[in-house]
Amino acid sequence: MLDDFMTRATLAGIGVSLAAAPLGCFVVWRRMAYFGEATAHAAMLGVAISLTFEFSILAGAILVSLIMASSVTILEGRSLFLDTLLGVAGHSSIAAGLVIVSFISGVRIDLMAYLIGDILAVSNMDLLMIWIGVGIIFSLVIWRWSPLLLVTMSEDLASASGYNPKKENFVITLSLAIVVAVGIKVVGVLLIIALLIIPAASARSVASSPESMGIIAAIIGILSSILGLNSAYLFDTPTGPSIVCVASLFFFILVTVNVFFKNKI
Amino acid sequence: MLIKISSLDVKYGYKTVLKNMNLTLDSGEIVTIVGPNGSGKTTLFKAIIGAIPISKGKIYTKPNLRIGYVPQQLKIDQTLPITVERFLKLAHKNFNKSLDKIEALLGSKDLLNIQVNNLSGGQMQRVLLARALINNPEILLLDEATRGLDQPGVASFYRKIENIRNSTNCAILMISHDLHVVMSSSDRVICVNGHICCEGAPESVATSPEYKALFGSDVDGTFALYRHHHDHKHDSKIER
Repeated sequence: MLDDFMTRATLAGIGVSLAAAPLGCFVVWRRMAYFGEATAHAAMLGVAISLTFEFSILAGAILVSLIMASSVTILEGRSLFLDTLLGVAGHSSIAAGLVIVSFISGVRIDLMAYLIGDILAVSNMDLLMIWIGVGIIFSLVIWRWSPLLLVTMSEDLASASGYNPKKENFVITLSLAIVVAVGIKVVGVLLIIALLIIPAASARSVASSPESMGIIAAIIGILSSILGLNSAYLFDTPTGPSIVCVASLFFFILVTVNVFFKNKI
Repeated sequence: MLIKISSLDVKYGYKTVLKNMNLTLDSGEIVTIVGPNGSGKTTLFKAIIGAIPISKGKIYTKPNLRIGYVPQQLKIDQTLPITVERFLKLAHKNFNKSLDKIEALLGSKDLLNIQVNNLSGGQMQRVLLARALINNPEILLLDEATRGLDQPGVASFYRKIENIRNSTNCAILMISHDLHVVMSSSDRVICVNGHICCEGAPESVATSPEYKALFGSDVDGTFALYRHHHDHKHDSKIER
């Protein structure tokens, strides 16, 4: 069954959507969209370094994303504002990554595969890595769910209740780095943030609890990757952007329905 | 003794926000911190709950001290859907067992299914206080907890606080701008402006030159307001 490239692609898409859903909710609640995007851009530098020294792309992406996210967190508030810092760090990382990749001779590297993903080329090994990543993110987020929610609402309340906000924030940063790394194959570093934010944002208009928002986001993400993948196959369009287009369609429909209903009531 | 703070300094970057703070708090005490805006009152609370690093001195807290903290305000992002019930559950592992208790603390169960984002100022204050009381705290930290309440609301809030103290012997440390009420319901008042200006029984603080310098030299309106409410203080004493 796993021999079929469409089956592998579908399973990869489902995996990344599942991991992105609960995390995407936190990204939306905590207004970390720009942070997530910078983390994803940093991953491109990780990819370039991995290709240069010929080691695991996954490890390189996770490592560089984590280093970028941590240094930005440490520098935050010292001199520059967070979004400025993120803009500098994220964009210089992706630029440096692209420059480094251009130096690599011998192998012809398809840059687009890293920028917007190449889900149809997912191997069994990639699939395994994706699902291990999903497992890690799920365990982390479910284990820390309540403290993460509390820290999201108020770091001071969390401190007073005996939690360490820094530790909980690191759980988010680490999960983000992992989801970016496993998402490179599926939607690429440019679009992974879309897979985090759009399903969560769509779910917001119909959810009434944090948990239901996460579950609905997961359903929307999974439907988007299945529908996007199949339409890409049908119309011969790039897969990553097709998946994101379907997700945006969900967002548009749900927001419209929500506005329509609210006006009626 | 629940808390002992000795020669505490807190800095934000190069700016010293609190200098040489000393404070002890015992069970059943109601201690009020007054001081102008930016005088480091909230910073002191954040240091006590461990939310910010301290640059000098020591904060001793009784091991496993149960702290109930009511922040100045709680702004939850509009994108986060959460009901009051779920929010209160986050504070408490045995939530269902004491659902009755929470209803009692909230005053009703009407609020339980409302989204936290839709609460009014007064409702939010009730929810935050209920949340702080869920774990039977040994100390209650109230940071301007009466913000957004009207005059009768403020009065009944402080009656509630006194009742809590009387029934549970919980210590209460509060930051307040309601100088008139504070004076009548506190055991001790600490006047802070980056450091401790003066402290002691409410009467002695109110007449101390440091206190007068701090609040008397403030904007005229503040002083007038204080004067005005000061008249009412005697009324409320007679009531009791």
